[in-house]
Amino acid sequence: MALQEKYKELIDTATAQGVNNLNVREQDGILYIDGDASGSVKQQLWDTYERLDPNYSSGDLVMNINSIAGVTEGSKLKVTTNSSNLNIRSGPSTDADIVGKAARHEVVTLVSKANDQWWEIKTDDGEAGYSYTQYLTPL
Amino acid sequence: MKNLTMKTTAFLVALAMMAAAFTGCKSEPKDDAVKAAVETALLGNPHIAGASVVVEKGVATLSGQVPDDATKADIDKTVASIPGVKSVVNNIAVVADTPSVAVAQTDMLTNAVKDATKDFPTVTATVNDGVITLKGEIQKTNLQKLMMALNALKPKKIDNSQLVIK
Repeated sequence: MALQEKYKELIDTATAQGVNNLNVREQDGILYIDGDASGSVKQQLWDTYERLDPNYSSGDLVMNINSIAGVTEGSKLKVTTNSSNLNIRSGPSTDADIVGKAARHEVVTLVSKANDQWWEIKTDDGEAGYSYTQYLTPL
Repeated sequence: MKNLTMKTTAFLVALAMMAAAFTGCKSEPKDDAVKAAVETALLGNPHIAGASVVVEKGVATLSGQVPDDATKADIDKTVASIPGVKSVVNNIAVVADTPSVAVAQTDMLTNAVKDATKDFPTVTATVNDGVITLKGEIQKTNLQKLMMALNALKPKKIDNSQLVIK
């Protein structure tokens, strides 16, 4: 219960912002928070988390707010890398060959979701393959 | 006459076996690729992270433990639908008090952590019993992005106490 107190503001915000399938439980001294929400709510929760635990250094929370749950095939996604191009690979792993690239801020189309970390996409000029979802933002 | 017939037969058998082997190689995804595809699918489902898989000649053998029969059946269905999986041998144990927090199996988690840290070459990550331990250094501006990616992988815990944040 102590951890739920420490992160009370975070849990309250998640509830207030209508996070779907919100699941909060504690095990072995670590708090686990799971749920689905939009990208902006996810960002808000992460900023709150950082404020409550600067640099996330306590290591007592694992928070997985999924901002991509509702995105359907055919959706448009924007490439949101820090500064570089996004690699398009032949398979859902960084071990797979790079078969193409999408530029930062380019808009691509979702073909299918392999899992939460890797999606199959295609670009307007026909390049297709798997990219890391960390750098794909639904429009 | 007898020797010639036997030699011919042996040659034909060898040829047939080679043909069969080549056909096998070309038309089916290799076991490694199938294993990776199964692990990918398992990692993505929040309810079924308690399983691990070995694939041999298209037969996927599952092990691990989950808290109930429904979860075990769900995993079976998911794995059976992966292209390249010919059949599923489900040796997953149903143990009633399996922890409610699903933690990804070490192999899958290690591979996923490798992908997540690829863009942060100054960070090294090791995985042990579901705990991700980070060392090395990272720019403060990149820390949130890295933590977001790692938190999504269903670890038991992330220890960044040894990570230098610049």
